[in-house]
Amino acid sequence: MAAIELRNVRKSFGMVDVIKGVDLEVRKGEFMVFVGPSGCGKSTLLRLISGLEDITSGEMLFDGKLVNALAPSKRGIAMVFQSYALYPHMTVYENMAFGLTLEKGKGKEEIQRRVEKAADMLQIRQYLDRLPKQLSGGQRQRVAIGRAITRDPKVFLFDEPLSNLDAALRVATRIEIAKLHESMDHVTMIYVTHDQVEAMTLADRICVLRDGLVEQVGTPMELYERPDSIFVAGFIGSPKMNFIAGDKADKFGCATLGIRGEHMDIKADGIWEGTVIHTENLGADSYVYLDMGQEEPVVVRLDGAVSYQSGQVLKVSPQEERIHRFDAAGKPIR
Amino acid sequence: MTTETLASSTRVAAPKVKSELMQQRIRAARLFLIPMLIALAVVAGWPLLRSIYFSFTDASLSNLDEAQWIGFGNYLRWTVLESGSVRWRGLLVDPAWWNAVWNTVRFAFVSVLFEAVLGMMVALVLNAEFKGRGIVRAAILIPWAIPTIVSARMWGWMLNDQFGILNDLGMRLGLLSQKVAWTATAETAMTAVLIVDIWKTTPFMALLILAGLQMIPKDIYEAAEIDGVHPVKQFFKITLPLVRPALMVAIIFRLLDALRIFDLIYVLTPNSAATKTMSVLARENLFDFDKFAYGSAMSTLLFLIIAVLTILYIWLGQVKFDGGDR
Repeated sequence: MAAIELRNVRKSFGMVDVIKGVDLEVRKGEFMVFVGPSGCGKSTLLRLISGLEDITSGEMLFDGKLVNALAPSKRGIAMVFQSYALYPHMTVYENMAFGLTLEKGKGKEEIQRRVEKAADMLQIRQYLDRLPKQLSGGQRQRVAIGRAITRDPKVFLFDEPLSNLDAALRVATRIEIAKLHESMDHVTMIYVTHDQVEAMTLADRICVLRDGLVEQVGTPMELYERPDSIFVAGFIGSPKMNFIAGDKADKFGCATLGIRGEHMDIKADGIWEGTVIHTENLGADSYVYLDMGQEEPVVVRLDGAVSYQSGQVLKVSPQEERIHRFDAAGKPIR
Repeated sequence: MTTETLASSTRVAAPKVKSELMQQRIRAARLFLIPMLIALAVVAGWPLLRSIYFSFTDASLSNLDEAQWIGFGNYLRWTVLESGSVRWRGLLVDPAWWNAVWNTVRFAFVSVLFEAVLGMMVALVLNAEFKGRGIVRAAILIPWAIPTIVSARMWGWMLNDQFGILNDLGMRLGLLSQKVAWTATAETAMTAVLIVDIWKTTPFMALLILAGLQMIPKDIYEAAEIDGVHPVKQFFKITLPLVRPALMVAIIFRLLDALRIFDLIYVLTPNSAATKTMSVLARENLFDFDKFAYGSAMSTLLFLIIAVLTILYIWLGQVKFDGGDR
């Protein structure tokens, strides 16, 4: 178990500043998700924590101890890579045991016990004799997670572990990782993803990164309900929050009005009017895309199936208590 | 979990009858192979068969067409003397031939060993990221790009007993007490040839190994970093096993090349029994001594020896030409 603290951490590659001064505290046993668009520096930040990259300036503390110059293997971490990074010439068992065999004072039985325990947790015991190439993508990812577990780490790092899996497997593995977190509640986990659904479903707290800086840190519901900027408001939640500018926003006393699709109602006395461009029926709910003279179509999310025709004019109203108001700088007005 | 069902659903039973597309592909493949098979038959197959044929005759350069079949006479024949003792003759009991075989094998083994080790080191350096890597990669190929005759002449001059730079440096630095005739002295001739060959072909080895190194994904070294694997152990436990298929193929290329070494020795140390290899000896008999049939027998044996060594190497080294574990 370890608490991780970053104080004004910066990272540059040559002339390019990738991390531009990050202050962040990850609590003991917490599941922290770094999320942001590609190029925001989230993977770099994870690699700084792992020690695979050196930080350019600032301080990194594990349990209050400075680890700036500490080798990755001495930080008590384990990492799961997007590409699995299994040793292709070793069997699953050897992959999982390799790190342990190098540690001093680990007997064969001890190693075997730990590998088998991890294999049982992930249901990969029947594959222990196989080579990685004989496994499917999902199985390989579970081996990579198993290898991390056998290290008995204080900090578990995940670098986009699900991006190479297909949609069905992604959901299944996501649930496994959530269960893993529950069963290893003494382990601090940091998870990088660009997928806000993964962030929302897995995280205790989410750290939204943008352009090398922390935009907001908070629980999923905090980010969903009280975003600190237009960027966070637009990034968290699916479908994306609608942003409405101009006269319609002025009436609510803001430069930009944000309202989520699920917080709008189609009704006869609606205050706004829009033309239906397109409807998507997803079964449980439906998205109606309306042209309201804004830059982007406004999405209204409705329960169940609907049957609006394109070109039909609808009246909608936002749920007033759910309106997010932003000033011209993109900051919320509260 | 869903993994198993996914894996099993992709395993579709192979149809017994080949589809039209498959048959079309096979036809096309055969068509593309024909020109190469014809070329090989003309430039490799025919001369090989002719050499083997001549090795069983009494052919000489002047009467190739009237050569008479004499069976295994060139390889081994015996005459019973009046005293009752048997006198063996032929290639298989020729000390010059076995000296050449030993020279060739020794040369091939030592040169390929050094080239593999040095080539691996060069490849590891070139695989690291540093400024000017492109230029260094090109520069290191220069010895390989120089024609053998040119580099043999160049080294011959550097190794010259009177005016060579190596003797001069050695004397000035006090490493040599007297000038050495590197290429002419029996004790040093083989070393001289080895030095030049290693200098010349290490870049080739390095390039083949480098190609293998670049196939290894970078991320597994990061995983090893987190596992706390020492760099030396990383090399022996990760790099070496993964580059092994490429290394084995590179070694076999070089081994085939080294076993038929001719030009370098012919230019650098002509007529030295200490360095005479099978190819040099065969050429000498074929054209200089007008023992065409005897030289053909040597060529045939050379072919058989290389074939046997190569098959042994592939079999014992479990060489896979499909890229191995990946």
